Amino acid sequence: MIEYGTKVVGGVTPGKGGQEHLGVKVFNNVAEAVKETKANASTIFVPARFCKAAIFEAIEAGIKTIVTITEGIPTQDMITVCQKLKEAGATMIGPNCPGITSVDEAKLGIMPGNIFKKGQIGLISRSGTLTYEVVAALTKAHLGQSTCIGIGGDPILGSTFTDLLPLFEADRETKVVIMIGEIGGSDEELAADYIATNMTKPVIAFISGRTAPRGKRMGHAGAIISGGTGTAESKIKALIQAKVPIAETTAEIPNLVVAKLALQK
Amino acid sequence: MKLYEYQAKELLVKNNISTPPGGVAESADQAAEIAATTGLPVAIKAQVHVGGRGKAGGIKIAKTEAEVKILAAQILAMKIKGLSVKKVLIEKALEIEKEYYLGIVVDRANRGNTLMFSTVGGVDIEEVARTRPDKIFKFEILNPKQIQNHNFQIPVGNREVHSQVSAIIEKLYDLYLKTDATLVEINPLVKTKDRQFIAADAKIIIDDSALFRHPDLALLAEAAEEDEIEAEAHRRRIAYVRLPGNIGIIGNGAGLVMTTMDEVKRAGGQPASFLDIGGGAKAELVKSCLEILTMDKNIKGIFFNVFGGITRCDEVAQGIIRATQDLNLKIPLVIRLTGTREEEGQKILAQTNLVTAATMQEGAEKIVEYISK
Repeated sequence: MIEYGTKVVGGVTPGKGGQEHLGVKVFNNVAEAVKETKANASTIFVPARFCKAAIFEAIEAGIKTIVTITEGIPTQDMITVCQKLKEAGATMIGPNCPGITSVDEAKLGIMPGNIFKKGQIGLISRSGTLTYEVVAALTKAHLGQSTCIGIGGDPILGSTFTDLLPLFEADRETKVVIMIGEIGGSDEELAADYIATNMTKPVIAFISGRTAPRGKRMGHAGAIISGGTGTAESKIKALIQAKVPIAETTAEIPNLVVAKLALQK
Repeated sequence: MKLYEYQAKELLVKNNISTPPGGVAESADQAAEIAATTGLPVAIKAQVHVGGRGKAGGIKIAKTEAEVKILAAQILAMKIKGLSVKKVLIEKALEIEKEYYLGIVVDRANRGNTLMFSTVGGVDIEEVARTRPDKIFKFEILNPKQIQNHNFQIPVGNREVHSQVSAIIEKLYDLYLKTDATLVEINPLVKTKDRQFIAADAKIIIDDSALFRHPDLALLAEAAEEDEIEAEAHRRRIAYVRLPGNIGIIGNGAGLVMTTMDEVKRAGGQPASFLDIGGGAKAELVKSCLEILTMDKNIKGIFFNVFGGITRCDEVAQGIIRATQDLNLKIPLVIRLTGTREEEGQKILAQTNLVTAATMQEGAEKIVEYISK
């Protein structure tokens, strides 16, 4: 993150307060760090079993932008965290995600910095390595990116497509948005509704897991709650109805972007 | 982790929710012994993790001891949707007056837990949800106190039913939170002719990510494994699903691995695995993952697809080489390696005669071509 140019003002590791690491001061807790450095964002790498407490600590210290990289946080912990975020008016990206990169400005998380190129394409993705795959393909095709966000692959997320699409709609640097979804849940279907009624900027989508076998399903309640959504077909159908072009393969994405950019000129 | 019906019911009983008297049997004789203690007639129910087992013949009612033995033996010999039945649950048949539906589930869209209840419970609850959604009462749980203080109104006029079901909901929610479940479901919740409320069927799914704080439930996870190779992979904490094809798919990150499966299928191949090595895998883990794939004798070739972020390509390359040497890997292997430390990784592979691909699409085509030779 430091290498990429992110202004990292402090680190937090209980018991290591007062030390220095990579030229950055280490604090015992987030409150102390915020008080001394005026930090306004936090990236969390704390192991899953302690992560809920770490996120609570960041929220209580007044941090409004949190990125949680950790994988394997219990679902009920995340449900409690989401209620707390709502009460505090804080935003969280993740968990189980690679974070955010605002190209050539800052990076919160673990995306490899060298694959990016500054440009006008925004990207929101449920998968980390697929994000890298698509960004690298865009860069190779000389299509730069504005901001790329990996929202994470867990069932309960701090921010979903629908939470982030309005930010790209409002972002002057972004001309086209790419959405990388996957099977499970109904976030893509909800995003399709949002795009149809609210987005003026073009959105392109890719859905991973088209050939994943069905079956391993979650009892009746899962099917009832999602009302038949969750499959790749359901997501693709909803997005097509919202006039969102679907890339059949990741390799097709740059061509679809070029087509949308050409229409804007 | 899905629990078997009998395991789910053991948890219900511990939380003071009634289930029919009965027990689990692995043989016809054992089934008859249990039936002798519960009294006839009994229901004989296959213990498998598939929906629609009743329609597939996995649930039978026996009225005599002889019938118990015959039907239990029949069901224990069955395969339901490819899964062999290893255990049957023998339960005293209930005298049903009415069937209700009761469930608590993680609701992704609302980032919370939702209680569901219906006065038309039974096998066709999904059909009810589709055609008569007004028949399903949904209650978004914002605070555990709402349930503990019965601050919800299930749509039931009869006061006795209302209070009895509300009390069961309170106990069920307690169990749901205590076990870190993502689903608890009683369908049907039976009101018997003598006005008892009994959980006739139960489903519980426990959050795998929370098993670290439930060592007792983690033991059940081991018992619930259906496939030996999957069981071994999970012991090694490897995210692996066995699939019916002949091309092993392995990579880093669930989304990338699923997309690799999609690409292989597009190229005309049939995936035999979903295997995610995770983030930051070291050479030893890479080797261990490949070893899992070699256990599946249906696999005729492997496509290894890595886009390194925190995963280093040189570590992956070293792991692959160790696996090919130590495991005597004879089947074709196509490797696509890009991202962090790509050059170092490529250099390591260049000293071998392993096949590499520059893109995911190229790799998918190559592996399909190799195995069809």
